[in-house]
Amino acid sequence: MNEIYLIAGMTLVTFSIRYSMFAIAGRIEFPKRLVNALRYVPPAVLTAIIVPAVLIPSGDEIHLSYTNPYLVGALIALGVGWFSKNLLLTIIIGMLAFWGWQYIIAF
Amino acid sequence: MIEASLTTNSSATPSPFSEFITGARDTIPLVVGAIPFGLIFGTLALGSGLSFGGTMAMSAFVFAGSAQFIALGLVGVGTSWPLIVLTTFVVNLRHILYSATLAPHVSHLSRRWQIPLAFWLTDETFVVVANRYAQAINSPQTHWYYLGSAVLMYANWQLCTFLGLTIGQLLPNAATWGLDFAMPVTFIGMVIPYLKNRPMITSVIVSGIVALVAYPVPHQMGLMIAALAGIVTGVVVEYWQPSKESNNRTTL
Repeated sequence: MNEIYLIAGMTLVTFSIRYSMFAIAGRIEFPKRLVNALRYVPPAVLTAIIVPAVLIPSGDEIHLSYTNPYLVGALIALGVGWFSKNLLLTIIIGMLAFWGWQYIIAF
Repeated sequence: MIEASLTTNSSATPSPFSEFITGARDTIPLVVGAIPFGLIFGTLALGSGLSFGGTMAMSAFVFAGSAQFIALGLVGVGTSWPLIVLTTFVVNLRHILYSATLAPHVSHLSRRWQIPLAFWLTDETFVVVANRYAQAINSPQTHWYYLGSAVLMYANWQLCTFLGLTIGQLLPNAATWGLDFAMPVTFIGMVIPYLKNRPMITSVIVSGIVALVAYPVPHQMGLMIAALAGIVTGVVVEYWQPSKESNNRTTL
């Protein structure tokens, strides 16, 4: 892992994307289908990270059980977030649920 | 936000300074939401394998919350840097839309303005600034408003990264505290607002299932496969669902 290449590369791609349309301001029309498809990028990417992190916390096998505190915490966070629409509350309750469940199943 | 609009709707053209302050003030709620995100990023960074300097540099130069979190997760599992850069590209593609939306409003500015404003174009600043332009307050000083929002977000992100790094250092065995759960739980909170209609929900479900199935694929390519599967699914479901407005399938 070369940190300098990593950060330089991330900086370059991120800035290029953000600057791209400023650079050609008003001279190009975006294909509607592409614009539309891009709306799915953030939730699809985030979910592709969440699901393995929660269901495969050990990194080798799927742990689909109430003894998996990642799964229990995630489900509770999902419920809190869905009803409250509050990111801060979702994180706090989710973390507390995760810790609480870890504590409970340790008995 | 309402107060701010009233103030600046007065006949006098607002000064650059007052626009800057108003932009920063309108961004405060979003800064509050970003604080735990920055703190958690700083706290998790060292455990994922980034150095102290590398973490600060990433926040200073990349300045993209979700991409930085994803990079952290990928660094933690030993993903090669070109693939992380590629993932960053995919994750940040949405910024093309932000850039395209604001471009007409900044086209009259010099490069000296456009370059820093583009660098500081985050989700939060985009939402606040696009709202400002949509309010039809046609002040020639709105780029100062944009700057105010951007500088506050940036300063907060640097501070929170630093606090996370230093506080994280003070916590004994932070890795065993389950802080690795902070990342998925934060992402869950970020995904929820998108789950407003059938195409989005189907997209997310397919992405999640494919991510599990494709998990053993080397170099974290399962993530890319899952994300692409989710995106394609969303588009297809949207295309095939009965249109509420008319027979044509215009998606915008």
